[in-house]
Amino acid sequence: MEDAKKLEAFQAKIDADIKIEPKDWMPEKYRQTLIRQISQHAHSEVIGMQPEGNWLTRAPSLRSKKILMAKIQDEAGHGLYLYCAAETLGVKREQFLEWLHEGKAKYSSVFNYPTLTWADIGAIGWLVDGAAIVNQVSLQGTSYGPYSRAMVKICMEESFHQRQGYEIMVTLANGTDEQKEMAQDALNRWWWPSIMMFGPHDADSAHSNQSLKWKIKRESNDELRQKFIDKTVEQGLHIGLTFPDPDLKWNEEKGHYDFGAIDWDEFWNVVKGYGAGNKKRLAHHKEAHEVGSWVREAAIAYANKKNNIQKSA
Amino acid sequence: MEKDNQGILWEVFIQVKAGRPFKHVGSLHAYDKEMAMQSARDLFTRRNEGNGIWIVKADDIISSQSVDDEAFFDPSNDKVYRHPTFYEVPDGVKHI
Repeated sequence: MEDAKKLEAFQAKIDADIKIEPKDWMPEKYRQTLIRQISQHAHSEVIGMQPEGNWLTRAPSLRSKKILMAKIQDEAGHGLYLYCAAETLGVKREQFLEWLHEGKAKYSSVFNYPTLTWADIGAIGWLVDGAAIVNQVSLQGTSYGPYSRAMVKICMEESFHQRQGYEIMVTLANGTDEQKEMAQDALNRWWWPSIMMFGPHDADSAHSNQSLKWKIKRESNDELRQKFIDKTVEQGLHIGLTFPDPDLKWNEEKGHYDFGAIDWDEFWNVVKGYGAGNKKRLAHHKEAHEVGSWVREAAIAYANKKNNIQKSA
Repeated sequence: MEKDNQGILWEVFIQVKAGRPFKHVGSLHAYDKEMAMQSARDLFTRRNEGNGIWIVKADDIISSQSVDDEAFFDPSNDKVYRHPTFYEVPDGVKHI
């Protein structure tokens, strides 16, 4: 009875667009959904540094190396913003890492694809970050205060990421035949994984309805996917690239692009851990964590020592 | 502190420029004050977001309960005489 009343008051707040803050009452399922979603988002930012880091030492110029470093540093920061937002729900940082390492928490499957050429760095910035931005702009309006604030900061910082990726694509598309081919090849490989980033179709999405009702999500997977496609296709055509989807065409009546069927078997295969990079990404993260343990130990010892000196002084 | 952990949670406040109030921007983990300051600079001021940083241990913050706890702020609502709109000023009187 008490809970039903609380639930009603909670929904009324949500409906009135009042943000939920950490100490407010919330349904357990709301809390669990946020813990899953925000930590998954945080893990994605951090794991997403790996495919980009792969090209750091081979960036074609000092300019592009500096830019890529700045972008990767941003991703690390975004991971930290999100971990902190997730922690406000009562789960410790150590626990989030443990769940990731045990395979209990997921990260965006798109980061399990390899970055084979420099053009892939362009395609990631343009398409993967582009898709992430569409999602994140929408999530600025999410009902949970700390998540919403993290999204606002992330969107502000992320705006250069897509441009740096597109700039790489523009440069290659205007280059030699071989370079243009590289750009096209990267687009061919990254297009479908990018549009899969929005998740299953609305009809097949396990968590969507409740999340929309609680305004954890503000737009559905399919709505966001359509937004991304409508924005992106023009950008590709403008620089003379083509999309690997014969069914992709402008629908005058709808005012949107039509697109072909998505290969969901491929999607679920990678989600379930059989993608090209799943094992490698996770193993690398674990190793970095373990190899870095002496740094944490030293920092703790140093902090303890200083505390003791302060106490005895 | 225990042996392997992610450090203490700190809350970070930034002043955009002199004369402005410090505003909460987020939190971070660090093992001591110096590290907290270094990390806050790296994490929150890479794009000229401010020129002043305050950092407080999250545990040291005293906060009110949630907004659901309305009674706590109740007394201020029935003292309407705290607001200038409560008072009547004769027509024609200016600058008050």
